[in-house]
Order: sequence, then C-alpha cells, then structure tokens
Amino acid sequence: MMPALHHSGLANAAMIASIVVAATVGDVLIASAMRQIGDLDDIKAKSGLPGAIKAVITNTRFFCGVAAMAVSFFSLLFALSHADLSLVAPASASLTVVTNTVAGKVFLKENVDRRRWLAALCVCIGVALLAR
Amino acid sequence: MTFRRYLVLAFVSVSAPLGDTFLDVGMKNIGPVSLAHVTTLFHAVSTPWVASGIVLLIGFFASYLTALSWADLTFVLPATSFGNVIVALLARFWRHEDISLSRWVGIFLITAAVGFVTRGPSYTEHEKGAPAPGAAEVCR
Repeated sequence: MMPALHHSGLANAAMIASIVVAATVGDVLIASAMRQIGDLDDIKAKSGLPGAIKAVITNTRFFCGVAAMAVSFFSLLFALSHADLSLVAPASASLTVVTNTVAGKVFLKENVDRRRWLAALCVCIGVALLAR
Repeated sequence: MTFRRYLVLAFVSVSAPLGDTFLDVGMKNIGPVSLAHVTTLFHAVSTPWVASGIVLLIGFFASYLTALSWADLTFVLPATSFGNVIVALLARFWRHEDISLSRWVGIFLITAAVGFVTRGPSYTEHEKGAPAPGAAEVCR
C-alpha cells in the first residue's frame, strides 16, 4: 500500500490539500483572535508580558486556531515522510497564500485592494518558480 | 510601522524556513511513516532535528501572533513568503549553489510582492464594538 501512496499524484495532492485547508482555517481563526484581543504591544505596556500571554491563552478562538494549525503541522510531517520537501513546502505555501487572501477578504473583511491581490499572485507564482 | 515592527516581520521571515528545513532533516532521518504507525509522529517530536525545528517554529509563532495583533493577515502573508527568498539567497551565497533564471524571477516576484504590500496600509480598521469577523460563529 505504501509504495502506491508514495508514487501517487492523487495522494500527494490530498496530503497538500489537507495542509492547506487546515493552515487556512488556523490562520483565519488566529488572525481573528488577535484582532479581538488587540495590539499586544499596548497590552504588554499596560499589564506586562504575563498579561499579554494571559490575554492570548484565554481566548477560545485562538485555541480553535491552534488546533487547526496542529492538524496542519502533523499533516506536514506526514507529507514530508512520503514526498519531497521541494514539492510539499512550495506547493502548500503558495496555495495557502491564495486561500488565505480569499479568506482574509471573505471572513476577516480585510481591505484586500488591488495591491494585495497582486502581491498574493506574485508570491504564488514566485514560490512556484523557486521550486523548479 | 516602526523599526521594531519591521524587525518582528523580519524574524517571521527567517525563523519559519529554518524551522521547516530542520523538520525536513529530522523526518528524512526517521523515514516514511505509514498510516498504521502514525504514532511514530509523536516519537519524531523528541528527536533533536525535529525538536530544534519546533523551537524555531515556536519563535516564528510568537512573532507571527505579535504581527497579527497590529497588522492584517494579508499584510503579514508576504513577509512569511519572503522566507523562501532568504533560503534561495543563502543557497546561492553561502552554499554556492547555482540559481536558475526562473528562480531569480521567483525571488524578484516575491520581493516585489513584499514591496507592494509594505507601501500600503498595514491594518483594516473596523467599527469599534463590532464583533471581530472570522469564524466567530464556530468558536463562540
């Protein structure tokens, strides 16, 4: 079973997709949590480092995000044990940039103007070219 | 954006690719992990390369959280991608590896992307008191 998995493009695509989906969910939840918490520099100035750490670790949304990132991390480890870093890292990184940009616009209501769309496109193509 | 904040973004850029490379070395030493022995992944965490990679990625995560507290996700993203450029430049000037024309174009595109984004606003202001958007419905 494992040699088939190792050589299958579909298996590689599934592994990369699981990394990308989990990473995007994690990024959106964590970004949303940090927006809810506020500027950590301000919190640190008022309550010190323990206050800033407490503000982060007592946020439910943050923990949901960390859980999604953990899924993404173990998916990455699993993928790295079967496929080359030169395939897994750039493919997952460039796809995550695109999905995160769309998610930032849709879920976080960020001001994704033409400049940021162009940047996401440049990063995506750039990462793909670096992997060649 | 202050100088200190640019330093935080620089650390975000450097720590992630180094951490990923350490993880790769560690996992290649362990070898393929089958679905029947997925618990091997937990053992992998205690090996030196994977553990060092995790320490670097924890540093990345702390700086990433700090950046997300004062900047948009779509502003921070190109900074994380800039790590790929750092790896390629280290390969060229430290490891003396050849870099093809397509890779130089890739480096140029990612650098240009970082340039585009950093010239714009770093944070989208939302109405005070409005719930932070996102998957709030999931985690309330």
